[in-house]
Amino acid sequence: MTELICIVCPCGCHLLVDEKDGYKVTGNDCPRGEIYGRIELTTPTRVITSSVPIDGAIHRRCPVKTDCALPKNLIFDAVRQLKEVELTVPVHMGQVVIQNICGTSASFIATREMRWESI
Amino acid sequence: MFRFFVLNSLTKWGIVVFDTAIIGCGIVGAATAYELSRYHLNIAVFEKANDVACGATKANSAIIHAGYDPEPGSIMAALNVRGTKLAFDICKKLDVPHKKTGALVLAICEEDIGIIEILYDRGKQNGIQDIQLISGCQALEMEPNLNPSVLGALYAPNAGVVSPWEYALAMAETAVRNGVTLHLESEIVSIQKTKAGFQITAKGGMVCEARTVINAAGIHAADIHNLACEPAYTIRPNRGQYYLLDKSQGAQVSRVIFQRPTIEGKGVLVAPTVHGNLIVGPSSEYVDGKNIAVTREGLIGVAHMAHKSVPGLNLRENIRNFAGLRAFSDLDDFIIAEADGTHGFFDLAGIKSPGLTAAPAIAEAAVELLRQSGLVLEEKEHFIDTRRVIRFRELDVEQKILLIKANPAYGRVICRCETITEGEILDTLHTVIPPRSLDGVKRRVNAGMGRCQGSFCSPKVLKILARALGISPTLVPQDQADSWILTENCNKKVPPCMI
Amino acid sequence: MHDLIVIGAGPAGLAAACAAYDSGLRNILLVERDCELGGILNQCIHNGFGLHYFKEELTGPEYADRFIRMLKNTNVSVMLNTMALHITPQREVHTVGAANGYQVLRAKSIVLAMGCRERTRGNLCIPGTRPAGIFTAGTAQRFVNIEGYMVGKRVLILGSGDIGLIMARRMTLEGAKVLACVEAMSHPGGLNRNIVQCLQDYAIPLYLSHTVVDIQGRSRVEQVTVSKVDGKRNPIPGTEISFACDTLLLSVGLIPENELSSQAGILLDPRTNGAVVYENMETSVQGVFACGNVAHVHDLVDFVTTESQRAGKAAAEFVLGKLVVGNELALQAGEGVSYTVPQRIRISNADQKTDVCFRVRRICSNSRIKVTSGGVELASYPRKHMAPGEMEWISLPYALLKQARDAIEISVEKE
Repeated sequence: MTELICIVCPCGCHLLVDEKDGYKVTGNDCPRGEIYGRIELTTPTRVITSSVPIDGAIHRRCPVKTDCALPKNLIFDAVRQLKEVELTVPVHMGQVVIQNICGTSASFIATREMRWESI
Repeated sequence: MFRFFVLNSLTKWGIVVFDTAIIGCGIVGAATAYELSRYHLNIAVFEKANDVACGATKANSAIIHAGYDPEPGSIMAALNVRGTKLAFDICKKLDVPHKKTGALVLAICEEDIGIIEILYDRGKQNGIQDIQLISGCQALEMEPNLNPSVLGALYAPNAGVVSPWEYALAMAETAVRNGVTLHLESEIVSIQKTKAGFQITAKGGMVCEARTVINAAGIHAADIHNLACEPAYTIRPNRGQYYLLDKSQGAQVSRVIFQRPTIEGKGVLVAPTVHGNLIVGPSSEYVDGKNIAVTREGLIGVAHMAHKSVPGLNLRENIRNFAGLRAFSDLDDFIIAEADGTHGFFDLAGIKSPGLTAAPAIAEAAVELLRQSGLVLEEKEHFIDTRRVIRFRELDVEQKILLIKANPAYGRVICRCETITEGEILDTLHTVIPPRSLDGVKRRVNAGMGRCQGSFCSPKVLKILARALGISPTLVPQDQADSWILTENCNKKVPPCMI
Repeated sequence: MHDLIVIGAGPAGLAAACAAYDSGLRNILLVERDCELGGILNQCIHNGFGLHYFKEELTGPEYADRFIRMLKNTNVSVMLNTMALHITPQREVHTVGAANGYQVLRAKSIVLAMGCRERTRGNLCIPGTRPAGIFTAGTAQRFVNIEGYMVGKRVLILGSGDIGLIMARRMTLEGAKVLACVEAMSHPGGLNRNIVQCLQDYAIPLYLSHTVVDIQGRSRVEQVTVSKVDGKRNPIPGTEISFACDTLLLSVGLIPENELSSQAGILLDPRTNGAVVYENMETSVQGVFACGNVAHVHDLVDFVTTESQRAGKAAAEFVLGKLVVGNELALQAGEGVSYTVPQRIRISNADQKTDVCFRVRRICSNSRIKVTSGGVELASYPRKHMAPGEMEWISLPYALLKQARDAIEISVEKE
């Protein structure tokens, strides 16, 4: 039996997951929690948020996120891939910054509009 | 970083010769430089830090004392009283924030009554005209937040508060504008006696000669003295810790509130600052080395004592604690004299309280010592003796409108808590002693001195400084040169590596 | 003369301005000191925003973008790079900016949406030296996410509030080593999901019931000493742990930024550090409303939005003469509750439902929220789990308010 806190939404339900019983989940207030409990103990995933350098914009960094959750063990590799990137304006909301992160189907996308600005 | 190069001094085989080298640019060094800059002399000031006023001058009670405390007949007493007169004049001339608040020394218990009577007598002997002994009721009428069981007080209307670092900076700037050269980040590592005077070597290799040396090196005065002379005194750094309370507490008292003095010093005071805050402290403890840490015990001690004067003090409104090291010498009085056996070397040492107050008078005494030693003092015809600083928040609406129209940089508020504009910050970069750090900017214009302590403005000030100095933001220090703030530029490309 | 001046264009100001427009005001000015709209959301590049309001998980900039787009569909005027310096009870707003200089503006109504500042080292009287390398977590976040500079290599974090937890993860992803997160309370301050995603994921230890007792370092932080604390938050001698680090991030609380409010004579509540407000977010000064973090510190931006929409709508109703001012009832924080927002309700002005936000003093499991008036229980809401770090809210129906004879008390009772 493993105790977990669900991270799907800010409710943070306290879950109990029984690995010996097909990863049965109790303590969840919604179905998303049940899915989370199972996945977290088998193939945990995370959405990654970070930022990349950008030239010509109002700030020096453009925030990005993965468009879906990645296997947790790829977090550092994914962030390392970001170090290769340097954007220039204009950047649009949702624009793909890196495709197929670490060979997965996930992409890093920009999470804001950035236009040319004289600083 | 910057190096101020001497352009117009006499040179002998490439080594510069000064009439006087002042070592240390705290309040005493700055006041002495200012005073000496009235005369046709070649003066250099050497300061080990990257800015003026980096020692005790930036970490003290900021009081201009009336002068009832020092022993009558002592040098301290004479220079305190003379210094009080000079201080307010200089502050007016050089646009240094100051306020003649007056001071009360409280008698809380019966024994204290005798003490304040002694102080009253001392004050009279020291030549202070307008001190009075008042009753507890009168004290409470003046200051309703005092301990209701106050029995009486000594009232000194001529005491006040000042911004001590701005005071030092203003005098140092004026000295430089009048021809004094200031060498920052120039710790003196050797002083050799020569035929003409002294050969002085600073860290970094600069060598110069000076006919006379003035030692105003604060807690390092004995070390500097011993470079050139037979040891004659020791300095024991004594640490004083403080609370600085939010402006919402600034009106708890409107005068400087002292308790009866002890052998250690004037005790814990509660006072308004020129900036509208409330300062509470100091403690008093001898420390090893240069330990300016604030301690839990020290603060508890200050709190305990301070509540005896102002019981309703709300120390939860603290915005900053700090500590300063005072140069207590092993002698009772200021050491203002030519070193025994070393002609031309003058100590201005052991300058503890009332050093801030006495500084301009100490400078006059130093000048007199130089005169007696044979230095010819010819007054300049054109001596710059004014200074004006634009303080946006103090202007009225009309003035603000005009100022911003003339220069939009004054319309960009950088420090929210203290309402400090970009224009004012840029102004500091055009003075003769521009800041080299965030704290240098803070000391000049107060950006970062407010209740958020730079949380909001420090990224902005840092960017402005980096741009103005033409350096990467990673090279802008918090205070001294090695106090780095940012580690690295996230934007530089790095090859993939193991994190 | 503007119909409405909104001070601050973070999530609160944006929502209030849009709501005021939607409620019929046409001369609205939004004043913002930063160079762009969005406020603090611009540096909150992590996700967790919008789960309630949009039923999607968004990052801060994405959440802000939704409202910036909404604003573009209104005729609200915006003044960026403009600081509000002073407001008067007569609803004058003094602003200053490079482009428009110093202006004295007049408005029929004002919405205060200035957000908050961070608690500092000085507020906690943390002993030690004063080297470089001590940052509030939000300032560090600004440096890393907006300015693009790292603030340290070996980091200790004081405070397990969300900002500290988020920065623990952020610093780790940018290559720093986060040694520990230290929390003076016996339970974490931030959301549990952040404990998992920011500390546990990166094996960063969390020391509960511990606090920083010393900072060493001459020019830059060199060492931070942490000690266990007793129930009264006093350090227990002999429990010291020293961390060799170069950075200390402080995530020790937010303080609503009410300098402007107190200047205008607005009554503040010392428990929230924000204005005392009515059911529609109006303050003690007629026609001046407060919403978002300036009224009380929120955990979720979604509730900032709904609260600010209420304020914007109320400002419009005030200007259009639709507000009904009648009898007031005080809302009191009873047993187990530290504060409520609003603090006062005018029943004649209440909607079908009045949202009341509050925080509990202690962690409560299997309890119920009791609503009483004059000793009579009017309603009860069961809750499995409540914590001081998670703002709670209940919705009081109009019918319930009508039953109240006296002040209404919100309290917590264990089942």
